[in-house]
Amino acid sequence: MLDILKSNWEVLLLGQYPNGPLGGLVLTLILSVLGLALSFPFSILIALGRTSPMRLFRVPTTVVVYIVRGIPLIMLIFWAYFFVPLVIGHSVTGFTTLLCTLVVYESAYLAEVIRAGIESLPRGQIEASRALGLTYLQTVRKVVLPQALYNMLPSIVSQFVSTIKETSLGYVISVQELTFSANQVNNNLLTQPFQVFAILALTYFVVCFILTQFAHRLERRIHHRRAGTFIKRSPADDLLLQSE
Amino acid sequence: MIYFSKVNKWYGEYHALVNVSAQVKQGEVVVVCGPSGSGKSTLIRTINRLEDIKDGEITVNGQDIRGRHLDVNRFRATVGFVFQSFNLFPHLSVLENIVLAPTTVSGMNKAEAKAKALSLLDRVGLKAKASSYPGQLSGGQQQRVAIARALAMSPPVMLFDEPTSALDPEMVGEVLQVMKSLAKEGMTMVCVTHEMGFAREVADTIWFMDKGQLLEVAPPDQFFANPQHPRAKQFLSDLRSH
Repeated sequence: MLDILKSNWEVLLLGQYPNGPLGGLVLTLILSVLGLALSFPFSILIALGRTSPMRLFRVPTTVVVYIVRGIPLIMLIFWAYFFVPLVIGHSVTGFTTLLCTLVVYESAYLAEVIRAGIESLPRGQIEASRALGLTYLQTVRKVVLPQALYNMLPSIVSQFVSTIKETSLGYVISVQELTFSANQVNNNLLTQPFQVFAILALTYFVVCFILTQFAHRLERRIHHRRAGTFIKRSPADDLLLQSE
Repeated sequence: MIYFSKVNKWYGEYHALVNVSAQVKQGEVVVVCGPSGSGKSTLIRTINRLEDIKDGEITVNGQDIRGRHLDVNRFRATVGFVFQSFNLFPHLSVLENIVLAPTTVSGMNKAEAKAKALSLLDRVGLKAKASSYPGQLSGGQQQRVAIARALAMSPPVMLFDEPTSALDPEMVGEVLQVMKSLAKEGMTMVCVTHEMGFAREVADTIWFMDKGQLLEVAPPDQFFANPQHPRAKQFLSDLRSH
């Protein structure tokens, strides 16, 4: 396995770059970061619509979320791949197709995460803010979202982790991300599919594991800053604090 | 300053406020008391429209609070409200909690808002806690910060909705102390509270409520010595028996 890694790490990391298009793990990460970052503003708007008391906003956003969540991602990718060029009249790159699909898909999922964050805030927070004279939007911006997003930070990171794995579906429309690169390596070697795909799995795992750990750290740090303590606590203490 | 005229409110079938008519004068301290579920909190929450009323009229400073042209946000900024559960914003420091409304709602500049916040914190005895987070404070301290936060908008009226009910007994005093000093400075206050000692000492008028009705309005001496309504007599004798 080490041999394979030694002679193919450039392809796995960068794809054909610099002799061809960028690919591999770097492309996977670029797609994931862009996918999540671009879907973030949409997901906030959808979440606000979903929690709105006004039907005008609540109904359409709910419909969008239910439709997107009820369809496999690969179906969305196919639609974007085959129909978008027909609609706009010229072809788009696989990268753009996948990115747009990811944004649609992640927006719906992330919106549900953010909605949960908003709904888990005590009612008193919103009442206190409105009682001080803040408008609905000021309340959302200064009181609701900072808390909801913070509380949902671990879920947002796990959504990011899902996104990383979901980019592998770009393979079917020849986006040269990590899975595509691994398959190229496998086609070159022909005889060692188990090892190649083990490397692929391990790479995904390591990246995702590091991210999850990072989320944990981040969460604890902000938590301690808020509680004013930088001392390490046992999980039991954390539970106790949260229950107060 | 505050007028209630035939105010009615229902929660579904339940008649939560029944024909309440009353007034609070400038500088008056009103303590609303009565058994739980009698509509005290509902009444006080209608004043800044945290609860809507079904019919009747409420005016504050001469403005009809359900008026068509009333900017509800601007109006709410003129009514300080203190909650039973403090409701400080946990993601903001004590100072940020207090400057939030002045900087966001009335566009006060940061430095001015900060100076004002610090002087308010000084007044409630918590200047040293300016950079702490609410989670680091005791209940009594949090409630004092919440009072400072409400005062930051310089409201002519302060409403207190059971401000000491969620506190450990030893912290009740510090909060009542702050409220007393406010009353002394001539603040118009409406307080829902079970602290009868406070009511006796600080209130100008006691409102006694039961089942959504305002049954008795009297100065404290008269109310405690010689309540008129049988339900009020019952309530006071129940209190004394503990």
